[in-house]
Amino acid sequence: MLNAVTMETNREYYVKALACTGALRRRIIDMGITPGAKIIKKRVAPFGEPIEFRVRDYALSMRKSEAELIKVEEK
Amino acid sequence: MEFRLALAGNPNCGKTTLFNAVTGSAQYVGNWPGVTVEKKEGRFSKGGMDITLVDLPGIYSLSPYTPEEIVSRKYLTEECPDLIINIVDATNLERNLYLTTQLAELGRPMIIALNMIDRLKKRGKEIDIKRLEDELGIPVCPISAAKEAGIEDLLHRSIHILHDVAHSENEKIEKGFFKNRAEELHDELHRIHDGLNETEDVYFPIVKSFYEWEINSAIEGIEGVICDNPKAKNNLRFSAVKLFEDDFITKDTLKLDKNSQNLVEEILKSVPENENIDRQMMIADSRYKFICRIVNDVESQKKGFEETISDKIDKLLTHRVLAIPMFFLIIFAIFGITFGSFGSMLTDLVDKLINQDFAGFLREALLSVNTKPWAVSLLCDGMLAGVGAVVSFLPQIALLFFFLSILEDSGYMSRAAFIMDGPLRKVGLTGRSFMPMLMGFGCTVPAVLGTRILENERDKKLTVFLIPFMSCSAKMPVYALFISAFFEENKPLIIFTIYVLGILLGILSGFILKKTVLKGEESTFVMELPEYSLPTLKNLFIHVWERLKDFLLKAGTVLLAASVVIWFLQSFDTSLHMTDNPQTSILAAIGILIAPVFAPLGFGNWQSSVALLSGIVAKETVVSTFGILFSAADEATRVLAVQGLFSSPLAAFSFIVFVLLYTPCIAAVAAIHKELGGAKWTVLSILWQIAIAWLVSFLVFNIGGLIL
Repeated sequence: MLNAVTMETNREYYVKALACTGALRRRIIDMGITPGAKIIKKRVAPFGEPIEFRVRDYALSMRKSEAELIKVEEK
Repeated sequence: MEFRLALAGNPNCGKTTLFNAVTGSAQYVGNWPGVTVEKKEGRFSKGGMDITLVDLPGIYSLSPYTPEEIVSRKYLTEECPDLIINIVDATNLERNLYLTTQLAELGRPMIIALNMIDRLKKRGKEIDIKRLEDELGIPVCPISAAKEAGIEDLLHRSIHILHDVAHSENEKIEKGFFKNRAEELHDELHRIHDGLNETEDVYFPIVKSFYEWEINSAIEGIEGVICDNPKAKNNLRFSAVKLFEDDFITKDTLKLDKNSQNLVEEILKSVPENENIDRQMMIADSRYKFICRIVNDVESQKKGFEETISDKIDKLLTHRVLAIPMFFLIIFAIFGITFGSFGSMLTDLVDKLINQDFAGFLREALLSVNTKPWAVSLLCDGMLAGVGAVVSFLPQIALLFFFLSILEDSGYMSRAAFIMDGPLRKVGLTGRSFMPMLMGFGCTVPAVLGTRILENERDKKLTVFLIPFMSCSAKMPVYALFISAFFEENKPLIIFTIYVLGILLGILSGFILKKTVLKGEESTFVMELPEYSLPTLKNLFIHVWERLKDFLLKAGTVLLAASVVIWFLQSFDTSLHMTDNPQTSILAAIGILIAPVFAPLGFGNWQSSVALLSGIVAKETVVSTFGILFSAADEATRVLAVQGLFSSPLAAFSFIVFVLLYTPCIAAVAAIHKELGGAKWTVLSILWQIAIAWLVSFLVFNIGGLIL
């Protein structure tokens, strides 16, 4: 399944599920990443990570290890 | 009358700016009990009311995980502020309102300060304030904290609400707009029992419900179970929702009996979960759905994706290739101005003012009124010389903080963390610890205090441990002296080696600590990149002043005391007679006592020991101690003295390596103690640095001896 790391840059995707638990899951949810939310990959930092995303109209950065846990789909 | 207002909102929504605008510099900065999260309070009077404004830490949610969130929750639920001012960034309504929906459930009187309304207008957007108020059931005040617009109105309306709450005059409030939810429910249950449920004035949801009916009825069911619990009474809806989410803090505080627990379990079983949507997600999802609907209704012309100025700046500053050069350009510019000719000029100016003009004047004035020589010596050679040497760094510290505040307030600090996270992660740190580490090359004290921006306690400790290894600017004079004495022809190589050695050993220490005492899960990195904004002068001024105040306070207390002690040890001999001969002073006696410890490192003379000891007060003192001990006022004599003292360049190099690595100055140790929050960690950090310094100097001297 596609995740936030493997998705194409500058293209709209939608969050399908979160493959994590506990504090990290809560944190990701609180930042607005809930099933159905639109997510766009914007750019990658010079050393390959973190990655900048656009979600709920603001810029959010995550490492690959976190972004991988966000499963996405195209609509 | 006295009232307590709590200011709550997301990070980067202009909360500090609003706080500064309202309270000015009448602020008290402390820590929340038990944690190193900063607590700010400010007092002001308005409309005959004495108001204390508490600045809660910037948070995204009231989850039970980060210290900031826990502190905020605790304050809001236990201290019950009279009014919550929720600051919301109008340009980022969707995510900001998420916290609003949580705060609203606390059942406290609340007002929304809708900030950055000017920026929103610039983008050609508008928000229907009236409609937003109706949808949320909370008064909304549009403001621009940076331009100080709308703040009067916000305060005016806040006062009005406080007034209404205090006197219960307002029918709406009396009837339940802000009425205690528990009482409300209780009343209603009684009505039902008494067969009075036909009466038409049964007032139901006071706290807006954000949930679909299945979730809502479960939450109401839980409310029914816990409505008599004394800990839940004041925030019934909040507690019920938290129980629905399986929140462990709420479970702990409510201490439900077995029967109630079973009832809650029973209710929760009726809620259908699936693999993607657990109960926590249901709540968040409902909130966001509710918010999306509101935002759609109240925001004019929801355009498609639109490039903001921030995006344009980021195209350059976080560019895949250009980001790193741009980053170093900015850093070099800051350090160039602060520690280069401009900053040094200011420092020299203050130095001359205090240590020559004022010191000379003081000495003459004292002598002219026939003050006893020992008193003149104490005041001039002890107190003034000691404190003055450090206070002269004031301009540079102010400059450094001025620039760092610009980086922080403009939003660039988050970009620096974004850029540097990759390489730092490899050594077990996070991008967020980069800035404090960088500041360490300037001065350890602000750098250590700067670790407050780190969310994760372990990252913070690790960074505090590493910072002293970044060679601070006060060590420069020491290197300069030894380089002119021994390594004049290899100057760049020696400086480069010293700095790199410090960085490498810092990283190595971090690595070792991470594998031993600071074990634990790797921290996560989920960070907002806030929009760039122009820092306001008022904010910059307040930030710089806060730090300078700290610094001056320290100079007036710790440093003053230490200077007096050093002066005393230097001026008296072991039979407590004043002496001019350093060889017979108490300091020398101490030096002779500890010198053997340093013999294996190549500098077993007592003068070096004394210099190192005095360096604990401030690193510059190492040089001045050599000066005093050899009565060498000028550089050339000091160079000769040092050349005579060290048997070989290798021994001298071993000495500067030790200076690089050993315990930082008292001010730094105090800062480390403050941030690590425990004597245990402070002692560990001191011992660690001494051990590393001794070991590395030992290796340098002995292995070097075999090779050379």
